[in-house]
Amino acid sequence: MALDQLYQEILLDHYKQPRNKGVLVDPNVRLELKNPFCGDEILLTLRVDDGVVTDVAFSGHGCVISQASASVMTEKIKGMTVQQVKQMAEQFSDLVKTGHAETVLREGGDDLDAFSGVCEFPTRVKCAMLAWRTLLQGLEHHEHQHHYLDDEKSRATD
Amino acid sequence: MSNLGHTIRREFPLFNDPANQGLVYLDNAATTQRPRQVVEAMQDFYYHDNANPHRGAYRLAERATQSYEDARDKVAGFIGAASSEEIIFTRNATEAVNLVAYAWADHVLQEGDDIIVTEMEHHSNLVPWQMLAQRHHASLRYVGFDGQGQLQLDQFDALLRLRPRIVAVTQVSNALGTINPVAEMIRRAHAAGAVVVLDGAQSVPHMAVNVTELDVDFLVFSGHKMLGPLGIGVLYAHKRLHSAMQPVLYGGDMISNVDYDHSDWNDMPWKFEAGTQNVAGAVGLAAAIDFLRDLGMDAVAEHDRLLTGYALEQLQQLDGITLYGPRRNHGPAISFNLTGIHPHDLATYLDQASIAVRSGHHCAQIVMKKLGLAATARASFYIYNTLEEVDRLIAGLNQAKDYFKKWL
Repeated sequence: MALDQLYQEILLDHYKQPRNKGVLVDPNVRLELKNPFCGDEILLTLRVDDGVVTDVAFSGHGCVISQASASVMTEKIKGMTVQQVKQMAEQFSDLVKTGHAETVLREGGDDLDAFSGVCEFPTRVKCAMLAWRTLLQGLEHHEHQHHYLDDEKSRATD
Repeated sequence: MSNLGHTIRREFPLFNDPANQGLVYLDNAATTQRPRQVVEAMQDFYYHDNANPHRGAYRLAERATQSYEDARDKVAGFIGAASSEEIIFTRNATEAVNLVAYAWADHVLQEGDDIIVTEMEHHSNLVPWQMLAQRHHASLRYVGFDGQGQLQLDQFDALLRLRPRIVAVTQVSNALGTINPVAEMIRRAHAAGAVVVLDGAQSVPHMAVNVTELDVDFLVFSGHKMLGPLGIGVLYAHKRLHSAMQPVLYGGDMISNVDYDHSDWNDMPWKFEAGTQNVAGAVGLAAAIDFLRDLGMDAVAEHDRLLTGYALEQLQQLDGITLYGPRRNHGPAISFNLTGIHPHDLATYLDQASIAVRSGHHCAQIVMKKLGLAATARASFYIYNTLEEVDRLIAGLNQAKDYFKKWL
């Protein structure tokens, strides 16, 4: 049944016992996004130090797909460089839209691959992507801030 | 009467399409399907009578004009308007509410005025008033609803003592299914000197609505929720408001005279219909009205009551169900949740069984906030639905509970 391809056991596990659920005490990236289509909400807090994601947590509420996706994501990206995270997000997006994944994602393991069934349910792609979209936008804000701060610093030393 | 759904379905080509075999369509509060007669009327217009109305001196253009104005007359008759000049065609109910805000309210509202809405309004009858209030430093005030989804009329009365300029209220809630006592509310609002904007998007398709009996000032509704085509809606504006209304869009057909440095406006209602209009849409809406009138709005309302009553009775028996909205006198949209199953997951499951229900906030986020929810599932009925389809829904919900049991 196609439904079993969508609701795989690994998702069940993450939905019932979400990893990294909560809010970081001292994050330097913080972003809240909503899926206006279904009302799902996620608050993502991250610690990015020297271009590496050192800690991450998510809170909010939503359907099985969005919650499991957020849980898997937080587990995967901890310890990754921002560049690696962006690449993984892109490939995850491909995976949920087409059902196919590139090498990086394969190396990411079965948990990400469990979302390959989403492609059969186009209305659910947004659910799977909510956490990742939040992550990318959060990182983008963070980078802008840093460029700004770097500029300020270089100006100060001039 | 219970056979209405069965007999009427044959007129809807979408249900006869093999691709939609076995489809149980329960998202009628979002949009309805169209009968053959509506699509054929639009086709006839394009094949036989198409020209730009109000412009050509040739007979074909006259026929196009006639088709368009006949449609307006039909709408006027359907809602009991005193005259066709009170009917302005829009794209939908949302555009009609915005038109009231820009064409009328912007010219009468003053700083410090009060605008009353309710907590059960669709965003379309809420956000335009929020923006209006911001433009004029007016206050937007809410009438709440109780645990049965009924408006708290004592609050309404208290707010009326502020002598508000505008009362905007929905006749039937799309998110709760509540049927509001609007005749009485209009009477009280008028006694307090307010002008009433009535959202008929969920009522005009389902029951006889008579603007003269209601003595309402503005009524808005959409064609596509009442068997008509997408992209055509209606603003009814009582004649007493016309002199205070100013055009919002400028251009062709809305003028009577254009000079180098100024222009004069066309008469009502055309001064609010700038540019070439959706004539085929109006023709389709007129055909939808014919279709509904042939059935009789009382029969339509009776069929709604039958299906809604049966569905509520069956739904109540499900373990773990929470029903939102009134227990009695319930409109044909039913919001609910099953414990532990997110409505979005539920809708995906039901879709696998070819049952189309809505999940989400139903463009009524204030309702969701009030209920402390992010989303609900919603089943909404119309004339082609049957009791057997209600049974299919109940069976689908039972199977969904079973499927998601391991997730709880």
